[in-house]
Amino acid sequence: MSTAHALAVDDAAPGDDAAHADGGHHEHAHGLTDLGYVKVAIFLAVLTGMEVSLTYVHIGAFFMPILLILMVVKFVTVVSYFMHLKFDNKIFSWLFYSGLILALGVYLAALCTFQFFAGN
Amino acid sequence: MADTALDSPATAGHDDHAAGHATSTGLSNNKLAMWMFLGSECLLFGGLISTYMLYRGRHEGSPTPSQLYNIPLTSISSFVLLMSSLTMVLAVSAAQRRDDRNTTTWLTVTALLGATFVGAQVFEFTEFVHEGLGFTTNLFGSSFFTLTGFHGVHVTVGIIMLMALVGIISRSKFPGDKAEVVEMIGLYWHFVDIVWIIIFTLVYLIPS
Repeated sequence: MSTAHALAVDDAAPGDDAAHADGGHHEHAHGLTDLGYVKVAIFLAVLTGMEVSLTYVHIGAFFMPILLILMVVKFVTVVSYFMHLKFDNKIFSWLFYSGLILALGVYLAALCTFQFFAGN
Repeated sequence: MADTALDSPATAGHDDHAAGHATSTGLSNNKLAMWMFLGSECLLFGGLISTYMLYRGRHEGSPTPSQLYNIPLTSISSFVLLMSSLTMVLAVSAAQRRDDRNTTTWLTVTALLGATFVGAQVFEFTEFVHEGLGFTTNLFGSSFFTLTGFHGVHVTVGIIMLMALVGIISRSKFPGDKAEVVEMIGLYWHFVDIVWIIIFTLVYLIPS
């Protein structure tokens, strides 16, 4: 728990609506309630079901783009809600997405390099 | 929020277990380090996924990926790993409430779900070897086993950390004092999950 987060939770009074909601479910200083996390998980499960279903139906040229979009939506949902990046300090987002963008750059560079050599 | 936390005299140092020490950024150094580590892990898996994507068509001398992959089994194990992310975030939530009992329960469930995933992966690897795809059979096999093997090792390390954490919390005298550790391991676990989200789509669902 971050310093800010720890203290924000500590400072909340037991009956404080801002800290406790849904009859015992806890609403964090940043984050969702437990019920909120369950809803996010159901959403992710539905997306996974859609991904798998797509492999059994033939939708032609839309197959790959839809699959990639679903993958990105799942990725961003987990990072934003389960990993709390949506609610946390932006510096964490910068650290993580810098690595991710660099990784994408590595892949594109490798792909271009192989394409270059394949052409000779 | 960070400023408020640091400026609060009532809490400055009364609970070092939960609050940690004041930092120049107002943020937990442990958390910063963990996010930096996860950023570097993106590069590791980016390289492995890139290599697989480049070599996925090089399957001379073995069955093709579409002949090998067991999509129903992999879908179920993906679902299991996804649900382990839910139980992990519930463990983090319980830890932040200083509810050690629920924290250890959810951590144990997460570890069990992770072990189920690893078991399915071991079964899959065994099946592939029986079908004629080994680590050195061809470039597809090498890149596939390296990528999914590295991910499996990450899950296994995560399970070990989860079980160690359950033991540590069980022996802890102060409820909630390991909340930051639970959050750090939670971040690692979710990262392993998002890597699998990419692997599941790019490796298993998109045909070569």
